[in-house]
Amino acid sequence: MLDPDHGDSADQRSKAAPIFSALGDPVRLAIVARLSQDGPLPTVALKRCADGLSRQGVTKHLHVLEDVGLVDSDRIGRDRQWRLRTRQLAAVRDYLDWISAQWDQRLERLRAFVEDGS
Amino acid sequence: MDTDRIEKRIVLKATRERVWRAISDSARFGRWFGVEIDGPFVAGQEARGRIVPTEVDPDVARLQEPYLGFPWRVVVERIEPMELFSFRWHPYAVDPTRDYSSEPMTLVTFQLAEAEGGTLLTITESGFERIPIDRRAKAMESNDAGWAHQSKLIEKYLALEEQR
Repeated sequence: MLDPDHGDSADQRSKAAPIFSALGDPVRLAIVARLSQDGPLPTVALKRCADGLSRQGVTKHLHVLEDVGLVDSDRIGRDRQWRLRTRQLAAVRDYLDWISAQWDQRLERLRAFVEDGS
Repeated sequence: MDTDRIEKRIVLKATRERVWRAISDSARFGRWFGVEIDGPFVAGQEARGRIVPTEVDPDVARLQEPYLGFPWRVVVERIEPMELFSFRWHPYAVDPTRDYSSEPMTLVTFQLAEAEGGTLLTITESGFERIPIDRRAKAMESNDAGWAHQSKLIEKYLALEEQR
């Protein structure tokens, strides 16, 4: 769990707020997940992130993500190629941190279970 | 950093026998882990159960609530009394509508040793590098504490950006 009073300055928090807000949408979360798996990808490939999403719609979502620095793009002919700006290693490490935290919690429960004498 | 493996070491103030029973007896295992398991653990066989609230931590029990009744499965690998217990599983396979059976599993090992004042338990989970990246991301999204997690990810992302 994140401790809100630990290790992040007000400045960082104010920077993080728009990123939260950008991710607080299922289509944009799906775009980020798709790019993390298969990116970089052209705009047209990201239309499949949601049913009935138009090219214009996906572009709008991508610009929201771009504005907060989560994605950037290169022009390829008439299209753009989009990529996630989070390093993959960060995601991998984060996953292990998360699994690791689960074990910490389980071990505390095991400790309570074997040490309480019941 | 090691991206394939997690290791945890803890000294428990309890006898080796007591710790061994708590991990190798499926009913006792279920009480702290938060799962109700059908039948005993048998080497080489699948153990099936359902997620139930843990009895030892009300806060965690609350977090587990959305997953109550979800299937829980492991394939028991080795049972070496008082020494070692291991199983394979799909780490955090929480979507009941999804078939995880074709996906790679990780290996979880519990190893016991004598320690001053109690028993040293070493838990390792390995094989993460075989889990597809998108599965890792989805596993995290499916967590009830997803937002807290997400914010941690973003915090790290910001820290990386600042280092550039």
